This record gives sequence, structure tokens and C-alpha cells, in this order.
Amino acid sequence: MNHAFAVSVRQNSGLAVIDLSGEINAFADQELASAYSEAEQTGSTNIVLNFSQVSYINSTGIALIVGLLANARKSNRKLVVIGLSDHYVEIFNITRLSDFMNIYSDEASLLAETANT
Amino acid sequence: MMKSSQKTWRSWFGGVEAETPEEDLLESKTPTRVQPLDFDLAPDDPLLAYFLGAPGVVEVDRLDFDSPGLRKLKEAGIRMTAPLISQGDLIGLLNLGSRMSEQDYTTDDRRLLNTLATQASPALRVAQLARQQQIEARERERMEQELRVARVIQETLLPKKMPELHGWQLDALWQPARAVSGDFYDYITFADGKLGLVAGDVTDKGVPAALVMATTRSILRAAVERYSSPGELLAYVNDMLCPDIPQNMFVTCIYIVLDPATGHLRFANAGHNLPVHMKEDGVLELRATGMPLGLMPGMTYEETEAQLSPGEGLVVYSDGLVEAHNEDGDMYGFPRLRELLAQQTSQSQRTSEAIIQLLQGDLAKFTGPDWEQEDDVTFVTLEYIETLEGAPSQQAAAREEQTWSLLAEFSLPSEPGNELQAREEVAGIVKALDFPEERMERLKTAVAEATMNAMEHGNHYQVDLMVEVRVLTSPSALAVRIRDHGGGKPIPEPETPDLEAKLAGLQSPRGWGLFLIKNMVDEMNIEADEVHHTIELIFNLEGSHS
Repeated sequence: MNHAFAVSVRQNSGLAVIDLSGEINAFADQELASAYSEAEQTGSTNIVLNFSQVSYINSTGIALIVGLLANARKSNRKLVVIGLSDHYVEIFNITRLSDFMNIYSDEASLLAETANT
Repeated sequence: MMKSSQKTWRSWFGGVEAETPEEDLLESKTPTRVQPLDFDLAPDDPLLAYFLGAPGVVEVDRLDFDSPGLRKLKEAGIRMTAPLISQGDLIGLLNLGSRMSEQDYTTDDRRLLNTLATQASPALRVAQLARQQQIEARERERMEQELRVARVIQETLLPKKMPELHGWQLDALWQPARAVSGDFYDYITFADGKLGLVAGDVTDKGVPAALVMATTRSILRAAVERYSSPGELLAYVNDMLCPDIPQNMFVTCIYIVLDPATGHLRFANAGHNLPVHMKEDGVLELRATGMPLGLMPGMTYEETEAQLSPGEGLVVYSDGLVEAHNEDGDMYGFPRLRELLAQQTSQSQRTSEAIIQLLQGDLAKFTGPDWEQEDDVTFVTLEYIETLEGAPSQQAAAREEQTWSLLAEFSLPSEPGNELQAREEVAGIVKALDFPEERMERLKTAVAEATMNAMEHGNHYQVDLMVEVRVLTSPSALAVRIRDHGGGKPIPEPETPDLEAKLAGLQSPRGWGLFLIKNMVDEMNIEADEVHHTIELIFNLEGSHS
């Protein structure tokens, strides 16, 4: 399995989706930041962080996500999370990140939700 | 005897005609039935002097002087009154309104009323006294109950158990003179492994002292993390206490910071009795000057250092010991204490526990069996049982051996990313224990975070500095101990990060490590000596089998 961090941005139904894979730690900083600004440039106000291919998030990774969330809130964008494992859902709850970002199990349930509203 | 305070008498009045038909008794509108009349008679009302000077039946209409009481009687339609007097005190009035026949009262009526009053007075007096005693007894009972509760509350302000320090034995005795006490003591465990020890004594005893004790303890507790210097801490507590403390009260207090790894002490003293340093070859008083707390603001407190060596101890005590008197009026005094402690030369006599028993026993011997404890008594003792090299004593090592058995150990160079190696390695070792998936994930996160902390903050990512990981089990728990070379510098207490402040850009987005670890484990312990930090992660095994 490849643990190195990789990131790409795509659009789906008016959402900007950031697909993350590998390990989110201090090494992910630069790439994550540029992926985020790429997502911003799509003009979408809803940005999705897709963690379904992520194997590890450490406390520095949490700090990076806090940084993205702070940026998103400053520019009135919504950050949404999909594909977290149960363990990292727990960590998002403990850190209270889940108070500020909606968490969906996968992309399909997110799209179903946005279609309903 | 006249009571000086204004009293309310309950007096009764009614007609004397007894032939009233039965149904009239039930007719509440009838004005002449027996009914109580409450009214105040001031101590300086001339009517009171008149009643006391001329006992017997008084015809109200015949009196004519300026008296609020007399006016009130007339307004109420009272014609005759018989003052009820007992031992020179007016205790009530037996009042009559108009006769129902509208005729005047006869001499016989007056005589009858007089006889009634004479007999009623002592009976009424007895009833009043009995009632008063009942009220007082209830009040006493209520106060005793409140004091019992106060005692329970105050005990919660004292340490519930002795802190456990490797190589040290601690003990304390707290013995109030009354239900509650002005004496207190406290221990503060710091993240860097140091121990703060407070002993204080509020002037006086009982409830006032206990209230000031609670205030002082709260101020100290709230400030203790902010001041690493004992002198600065006492200066701050003094300034906070001054505006709130009653004028004639103050608090003597000593604050000692002990480094258990070295036996080094730093302390400041606000007028408390000097602690006794029990050395191998005698005793020494630890001196630092400073005014008691709460006398005046802006005081400074001298800070002094001392060194305890293995086999030595420290005794802190309050006034209740040295100022105790015996039957002949002699005071216990410092010389007796110093001499007694100096005589304890064998190791078994000098244990923390033995010293407290010794002092308690000697105080009882000095004061005799019928002594009523004059002041609150508190002893706090410290004993250094560890060897100089900082290795645990043999018993402690044996205890350690018995509880934990080593599953595996390994070490890693401090290189970024190696936390994942530690995480996988520990996961492999623990696999046999059959942790449920969810607990395994928590364990892995905790190990990774602790290893990262050790590499970053302890070893500053110096590749040649190793992080040592030991995995141990006991019958009930799994322990992972992760050790770095960052000793001598404290690991901060894990705090709950303020996410709102981080999102608002007011704080760094970082700072999640210790908080995460603490939330992943059942117990987290941090130990530090001069060279190493060790973070211990404990996972209970009972929970994992459920």
C-alpha cells in the first residue's frame, strides 16, 4: 500500500471535491494548501474533503484541517467531510471539528442530502 | 427583673358571664368571647411600671396617663385587666371586656379575677420556660447538625489521599480543636513531576477560621499553576487575601516545592512555624522570612532552598502542637520538639508515619489525659527513601516487577515519520491481546502521537537520540511507556484546545497532541527526571473483553 500523501481536485454536481489519499501529516501541508486554493477557484461555495483513501491523520494533520476550516469560514465557504473511518469520526468528535463540518459516510449520501435541500 | 427589650404579650379578654347559650360560642362575630389580643408594651411605657408597682386587678377606665399601651387596651374595649407577674417580670395580662349584661363588674368579679391571675401566673411562666427551652434545644440541634455538615465539607478541601511519589513517603494528620478547623494542608502535583506542599494556619479556630481557610485554599489552588516561584505565589495570595479577610485575622502559611528526583526544596514562608529538616546527624530548621498572609498588601517573601538526602525527612507542624499547655500552664514549645526529633536516630523511628505517631503521642503525654484541645493541630511529613542515584528502592522495584511484565521493547531514532513505525510495531505486539478494532485504533493513534511528541519536543528530531518504547502487561491492563531525552523540562498539562479561537485565527491551529492522547487512553501518566521524560499510556483490559 502506498502511504504517501496525494491529493487531487474535481467537481461533482456543483461541489468542489478534494480527494485525499495516504497519510495526512506535516508533509501534506503544501499540497493540501494548493489543492484547497484550486478548489476555491472553481467558484463553488461548498468544498468536500474526501478521506475515503486516507490511512492516517495525526495531530499535525488535524491542525492542517483546522487551518482549512478557518480559511473556509473567512470566505463564507462550507467545508464538508466524507469517507472518514469510524476511528477518525471519533477524533473529529473529540476535537469538535464535527461541530463545524458536516460529516457524511460517502459521496452518494452527501449528494442525496444536497438533492433533497 | 425587667427585660430591657420590647416584648409582645399575648393577653386574653372576654366577658365573665358563663350563662351564654352554647350556640353563641360558635358564633365568631360575638365580640365578647374569649380571644387573644397581641400588643407590644415598650420597656419605657409608664403602664408597665404601673402594672409592676401595683399588682392586682386594674380597672382600665380609671387610669388616665399618657401611655401607648393604655390607649391600645382602651381601644380594644378592655375594662379590667389582671397583670400576670412572675419573679418581677410581666409575663401576660388577663383582660376583661364589658360584661355581657352591660352592668358593672362587682367586687366578687374582681376578687375572682385576682385569684385566677395569681394562680395563672406561675403556670404560664412554667409553660413559657418549657417552650423556650424546647426552642433552644432545637436551635442547638440544628447548629450541631450544620457543624457536622461543615466538617464533612471542610474535609473535602483536604487531600483525599497522599500523592504517590517514587522514593518518597508522605503522611499527614489533621486534628481540629472543634468541629471545623483553621488549619489546612494541600499537595499539588505538577506535570514536570514536582510536588507542591502547602500548610497553613488561620488565626483563631472554629467556624470563622474555617471560612478564611476555605478562601485561602481556593486562592492558592487557583494561582499555583501560574507561579513557579514560591515567594511570588505567597505574595500574590497575600495581595488577593488582604481585601477580603476580617481585620483581626491572618493566615500563616508555608509553601514548599519539592523535586522528588533530586530531593531539592524551594520554599517561602508567611510566618508559619519553621519546618524541621531531619538530617542523619541531627535536626535543622528551614528558615525563610515573610509576614503572615492577610495583614497588609504588597509584602515580599524570601525564597530559600534546601536539599534533602536519602534517609532524611521534613516535618511541618502547626501552632496547636508547640502552643499546647499542660495542667501546670507550661507550654510545649519548640525546644521540646527539636529535642524529640533529634532523638529519632534509627531509620524505623524516622518514617513519615512513625514521626506523626511520635508527635501525637508526645503531645498527649505532655498535656495529660483530661486535656481539652486548645487549637487545631496539623502535622505533615515527608520522607526521602530513595537512593542517591535516583533508582527506585528495592521494595519499589520488587513491587514494580510483580505488577507489570514486559511484553516487548524497542527503540527508534528521532526521524520524522518514525511514529508510524512505532505505531505498527506496538500494534503487532498487542495483537495477541485481542483488542477490539476500535480500541486498537485508539491505541495506535495514542502511540503515534506520544512517539511524535517524544521525537519532536523531547529529542528535537536529533537522529542520534533514541525514543525507547516498552510494552508491558499486568493482569488488568496494558501499558506502553515511551521515553525520550527531554528531561529537566516539564511536559505541559494537556489542555482542551480552544477550537473557536483557532478558527478565528487567534491561536495556532496546532496543539492537539497531548489532548488527543489523553482522549484515546484510559489513563495517561507523565514522569520526568533530570534526563528523561516518560509518557505512560494505560489501557484497561477488562473493558476490552466486554
